[in-house]
Amino acid sequence: MNAQTISMARPRRGALLGMLQNYGVYLAIAVLLLYNLFFTPNFFNIENFRTQFVQVVPVLVVALGMALVIGTEGIDLSVGGVMALAAAVMPLYIGYGLFPVVVIAIVVGAVVGVINGSMVAFIGVQPIVATLSLMVAGRGVALLIAHEQMVSIMDPNILAVGRGSVAGVPYSVIIAVLAVLLVAVLVNRTTFGKQLIAIGGSRRAAELSGLPVKRILLIVYILCAALAAIAGIVGTARLGASVPSTLGNLIELSAITAVVVGGTPLTGGQVKVIGTVAGALLLQFISATLNQHNVPDAYSQITQAVIILFAVYIQRGRLAVR
Amino acid sequence: MSLAIEQGVKPTAADSQARKERIAAALQSYGAAVALVILLIVGSFAFPTFLSFGNFSNILTQSSFPLIVAVGMTFVILTGGIDLSVGSVFALGGVLAAEGSSFGVVGAIAFPLVVCGVIGLLQGLLVAYAKMASFIVTLAGLLAVRGLVLAITAGGATTPLIKNLTFTAIGQNGIFGIHWTVIIAVLAVILGTVALTRTRAGQSIFAIGGSESASTFMGLPVARVKLSVYVVSGLCAGLAGALNAGYSSSGVPTVGVGLELSAISAVVIGGTLLVGGRGSLAGTLAGVLLLSVIQNMINQVGSLNSSVQAVVSGVFLAIVVIIQTVLSRSQRL
Repeated sequence: MNAQTISMARPRRGALLGMLQNYGVYLAIAVLLLYNLFFTPNFFNIENFRTQFVQVVPVLVVALGMALVIGTEGIDLSVGGVMALAAAVMPLYIGYGLFPVVVIAIVVGAVVGVINGSMVAFIGVQPIVATLSLMVAGRGVALLIAHEQMVSIMDPNILAVGRGSVAGVPYSVIIAVLAVLLVAVLVNRTTFGKQLIAIGGSRRAAELSGLPVKRILLIVYILCAALAAIAGIVGTARLGASVPSTLGNLIELSAITAVVVGGTPLTGGQVKVIGTVAGALLLQFISATLNQHNVPDAYSQITQAVIILFAVYIQRGRLAVR
Repeated sequence: MSLAIEQGVKPTAADSQARKERIAAALQSYGAAVALVILLIVGSFAFPTFLSFGNFSNILTQSSFPLIVAVGMTFVILTGGIDLSVGSVFALGGVLAAEGSSFGVVGAIAFPLVVCGVIGLLQGLLVAYAKMASFIVTLAGLLAVRGLVLAITAGGATTPLIKNLTFTAIGQNGIFGIHWTVIIAVLAVILGTVALTRTRAGQSIFAIGGSESASTFMGLPVARVKLSVYVVSGLCAGLAGALNAGYSSSGVPTVGVGLELSAISAVVIGGTLLVGGRGSLAGTLAGVLLLSVIQNMINQVGSLNSSVQAVVSGVFLAIVVIIQTVLSRSQRL
C-alpha cells in the first residue's frame, strides 16, 4: 500500500521512464513483430521463427553469463575469445566422442574465467582491462592451437548439437532454454544470486557485511566463461566447422546490448534474466528485419549502434529513480 | 603515520614506507622506459640486423600511427574514461583522406579531421552531458563508425585511392631517413605534453581524473573538459588514419581492427592509470615503442606468426595492469 502511494505520487515523467526501463524491450519486440506482420512477407511462419530462435542461441547464452557479470558491476569482454578457444580445442578431441569434447571445451573456457575472475577478485584489476587482455590473448591462443586454420567437423553427434532437433525443437534451443532456467534459478532462488546482486549494489557494503565477495566474483566470471564456451560449442556445431578466427567476433557487444536493453543496469545491483532473453530476441529480430528488407550490413551496424545508445540512455536514469 | 613522525616515535618506519612509495611511483612512471632499454639491449645481441638504422627507422615509422592514436587515448584515459572507437575512426580517417584528396592536400587532411572531430564531439556529448558510460558509448561508436566506413566503400568492396601526390609524399617520404609521420607523431607528443602540463585545461584533465566530484565542487568546467578529450581522441585517430592512408596510398576500409587495444595497452604500459588522474605522454611514447619493438623482435624470429603477437600483447597487458594495481595499492596504504 505504502509503496503504491509513493509510486502514485511520483511525477508522470518518472513513471513513464520507469515503465520504459522495465518494459521498453517487450514493447519494442511487439512493435517490431507488428511491423513484420504487415510489411515482411513470410515472416510469420514456423520455419522462419525456428531459424530466428536457432540463430539467437549463441548471443543469448553469452548474454546470460554477461548479465551475471554486469550484475556485479563488472564486464566481460573476453567472451568472444572464449568462444574461439572452445572452437579451437573441439577438433583435437573429436575422436573421443561428444561428451569429452563438450566437457573439455567447457573446462578450457572455465580456465579463462578463472584467470579473469582471479584478476578482478583477488588483485583488484578493473574488469574491463582484465578481460580485454584475455579477449586478445584468448583468440591468439585459439589461433595458435588451430594453426590459423579452419577445421571441418564431421562427427554426426557434434553436428546434431547445432542442427538436430527433437519433436521440431532444435537441440540448441533446448540448451539455451536450460541455460536460461539455470541462470534464472541461480539469480532469483539462491543465496548465491542474492550475494551476487549485493556485490553489484555495493562491493564495500558486501565486504563489510561479511560476504565472501572474492569467491563470488571468481565464480561469476567462471560461469560467464563457461556459458561462452557452451555458445562456442553450439556455434561450431551449427557451422559444422571450427573457425577460431571469426567465431564470436564482436559478440561481447551484442551480449552487453542484450543485457542492457533487457533492463539490467550497467552499474550492477540487478540482474534481469527474462529481460536479457527479450533483449537478445529483440536484437535478433532487428537484424532479421533489416536483413529481409535487404538493408546492407553497414546500415544494420549503424542501426544497432543507435539502438544500444538509446537503450543505455534510457537505462542511465535508473540509479536516480531507484 | 604523520602523527608518528611528529612525535618522533618511529621515523625509520615512516622513512622506509615513504621510500617504498617513491620506488613504486617511479616504477610505474618509468617501468616502460626501463623495459624498453632492456629489450633493446637483448635485441641487439640476439638479432644481427636489429640495431641497423633501417630497422630502427622502420620501427619508428610503424610506431608513428599508433602513437598518434595513443596520444588521444591518453587524454581520454587521464579523465578516467576510455575510447574504444579509435580503430574504426582510424579506418574512417583513411577512407575520408582518400575521398578528400581529390581536392588537394588540404582536402585530404581537413576532411577526415572535421568528420572525425565531429564523431569525437558526439561521443563526448553523450559521455559528458548525457552522463553515459564512456566504454559503452565508444563501443557503439566502434560499431557505427565501422558501419559508416563500410557504407562509404560499398560494404568494404572498394578501396579509395589517394589522388594527391603531395599527400602520399607526406605519408611515404621523410628527411634524413626519418618519415614525416614520425616527426608529426613526435610533434603530437610534445604539443600534448605542453597542453597537459602547462595549461589550465590540461591541469583540469588531471583533476577530473583524480576526483570528478571534487573537481565539480572546485568549479572546474568538468563536462566541457570531458567533452574536449573525446574530440582530441577523435582528431588524433582521424589524423593517424589519414597519414596511414598516405603511407599506403589508399584508404583501406578494414584497417584499424583491434587498434583500440594496442592503444590502450600502450597507454597503460606507459604508466597512465586507467582510473585516471595520473600519467604522461612520455610514458605513452615509451609504451608504444615497447610494443613495436616486441612486434619487431617477433618478426625477426620469423617462424612466429601474428597470433603469437596477439598472445604476447594480451599477456603483457595483463602483467602490466596486475603490477600497476598492486603498486597503486601499496601506495594507497
